[in-house]
Amino acid sequence: MKKKMSSVPFNGTPEQEAKLDAYIAEHRAEEGCLMPIMQEAQLIYGYLPKEVQIHIAEKLEIPAEEVFGVATFYSMFNLSPKGKYQISVCLGTACYVKGSREVLDKICEILDIQPGECTEDGMFSIEACRCVGACGLAPVMMVNGSDVYGRLKASEVEAIIEKYKEFEREEKEYENMG
Amino acid sequence: MDMINCTINGTPVSVPAGTTILEAARTIGIEIPTLCYMKEKNEIGACRICVVEVTGARTLVAACVMPVSEGMEIKTRSDRVLKARKKTLELIMSNHNCECLACDRSENCELQTLARNFGVDFDTYKGEKTEVELDDSSPALVRDDSKCILCRRCVAACRTQTGVIGANNRGFDTTIGCAFEMKLADVACVNCGQCIEACPVGALVEKDQIAEIFEAINDPSKVVVVQTAPAVRAAIAEGFGKPIGTMGKGKMVAALRRLGFDKVFDTNFSADLTILEEGTELIGRVQNGGKLPLITSCSPGWIKYCETYFPDFLDNLSTCKSPQQMFGATLKSWWAKKNNIDPKDIVSVSIMPCTAKKFEVGREEMCVDGLADVDYALTTRELVKMIKRAGIQWDNLPDEEYDSPLGEGTGAAVIFGATGGVMEAALRTAVDVLSGQENAEVDYKEVRGMDGIKEASYTVGDLTINVAVASGLQNAKKVLESVRNGEKNYHFIEIMCCPGGCINGGGQPIQPNWVRDTVDVRGLRAGVLYQEDLDLPERKSHHNSAVMDIVYKEFFVEGPNGHTAHKYLHTHYVDRSKTVK
Repeated sequence: MKKKMSSVPFNGTPEQEAKLDAYIAEHRAEEGCLMPIMQEAQLIYGYLPKEVQIHIAEKLEIPAEEVFGVATFYSMFNLSPKGKYQISVCLGTACYVKGSREVLDKICEILDIQPGECTEDGMFSIEACRCVGACGLAPVMMVNGSDVYGRLKASEVEAIIEKYKEFEREEKEYENMG
Repeated sequence: MDMINCTINGTPVSVPAGTTILEAARTIGIEIPTLCYMKEKNEIGACRICVVEVTGARTLVAACVMPVSEGMEIKTRSDRVLKARKKTLELIMSNHNCECLACDRSENCELQTLARNFGVDFDTYKGEKTEVELDDSSPALVRDDSKCILCRRCVAACRTQTGVIGANNRGFDTTIGCAFEMKLADVACVNCGQCIEACPVGALVEKDQIAEIFEAINDPSKVVVVQTAPAVRAAIAEGFGKPIGTMGKGKMVAALRRLGFDKVFDTNFSADLTILEEGTELIGRVQNGGKLPLITSCSPGWIKYCETYFPDFLDNLSTCKSPQQMFGATLKSWWAKKNNIDPKDIVSVSIMPCTAKKFEVGREEMCVDGLADVDYALTTRELVKMIKRAGIQWDNLPDEEYDSPLGEGTGAAVIFGATGGVMEAALRTAVDVLSGQENAEVDYKEVRGMDGIKEASYTVGDLTINVAVASGLQNAKKVLESVRNGEKNYHFIEIMCCPGGCINGGGQPIQPNWVRDTVDVRGLRAGVLYQEDLDLPERKSHHNSAVMDIVYKEFFVEGPNGHTAHKYLHTHYVDRSKTVK
């Protein structure tokens, strides 16, 4: 599937940039340094925002397209940040035959994003993952790797997402009060 | 040099060590078919059309990248080879938009030629096609990825210029595009069209404006005037199947008249005008301590590159408009007035070897009193298509002359079409002006030829002028960096965007890659221009009587760089350094 750039606003810090620049300065003379630099950038920022890809291109004096071409070729590079709530749907064999594809499609439809992407408000991201070792509960989805939902039906996911949105609203209200 | 002995289809061949099978086969007159290969530019062995059988090798090998070895037995037309090539072609075709009938590249498509030669079946593999989007955002180029075969030749061509295109995503989703899937119009593409020249199929073409021109010609209320750039005459005949290096001027002028243009003029006129303006600017800057080096401004691809990548050099650019724009400005002012024509009724058309000229005509700086200097810039290829659409038989055309007076040009003007030509033309005039006498020497051979970077020094009286000539943007980059870091001290630099200058522009007739690999296309085309230079009675711009005795006397009365000249013939530039590069 084609990778898409995220529209979540970039909010990198000067500290992150300084850390990346130090790494670039150390490795820029090495042949084939682009991928290690991109990996480091992903470690620092969690993903590869457009602004960071352009920054790397400028520092290495190469076209931005070269960085983007590599970023879209390798599946290990993420073009979207992880959301505050990271949803993973297991597409392992057991979950798949129990209908996890429909679960995943339903979540994509509700949030209007594709696997690997993040909602514009930075709240939810979705990814398809391989077996999480809970085949007895198939089909399974997880939120932030800790909240596990098993024996799911596609019709149930809307309520689960709504629950996290409710958390969010309560948290906001609490902040406003404080 | 170590020689390697091998056999190709049983014929003994002896070639220097390191020679590829493809190159070795060329020495005995066998052209192994290729799609992705471009000698020294794109040697990636990706398309697998060039596979050959080597005795003892487990698999077929790619002839374009495999060097010959001692005793190698190569078969280029065995059953196994022919079957593999046909299968590969059918697989390429399965994801190709095979709307060949009206495709711009029909009859000049390397894939179509191979499909025909191999008797390919279009329906062998039917199925899903890669999802693509047409990019017609640019004023100059159109990218249709539904026809792209992912050979990366455009990417290799672009790398020697700006490198704004490349392969995105992987596997079946792979497409050629820009960073972040941006449109060509929104990135640092300079519209040079070298990608079009490299494309084996119809995935890259210029933005076609032929219909608009026919509409204007067929509108009786419009006065449609055309100018043709010097380099067009050196290549247009190729569009009618003539050998590379055929002069097409006389027939081209005749064809333009038969197409219905009201006046047929020559951009050579304004090339001479440019030399008067730019030469005066150079002498002024040298004598008055102005910003040096002065850099030429004829090439719109180069200008956009400078604005985007070297904004600190904008004050070094000559303020002269390009000859195309100077022509248009003179046409809609002096010529319109002289002939009692409302300039609003004039449709100013240019025929250019260039796609970037389509961008240049739309620049808001290229207007005087709200009127665009040039309304439409067509490529050499578009003119060939117009002539064919109108049913005009090239071979039956007589040789005709340009209209007067804006059809007059000197030998100095015609060589603008080759790298070093503007420099040589400027030197012919500047040396005469600085020395105050007519110098018999007009040939400045140091600045001629197809090298990417050329340097020379000339002494006039007690003044030494250091010059450099660069063509191709990566060469321009090298020259500018050497100036920026103080390593070089030039007075005058000529820069042309396309490698070899306008004769190799992105709007010229397309030669298949095997021809470009084996024939000196640029040299042959440049030869046409240098021959015309020799044949013309006047070879210095300041001997152009239409320039000197008519337009300066009647219109630009304060002379070169004077008030009126500044209004019509000079311009300014824009900092585009924020563009995604």
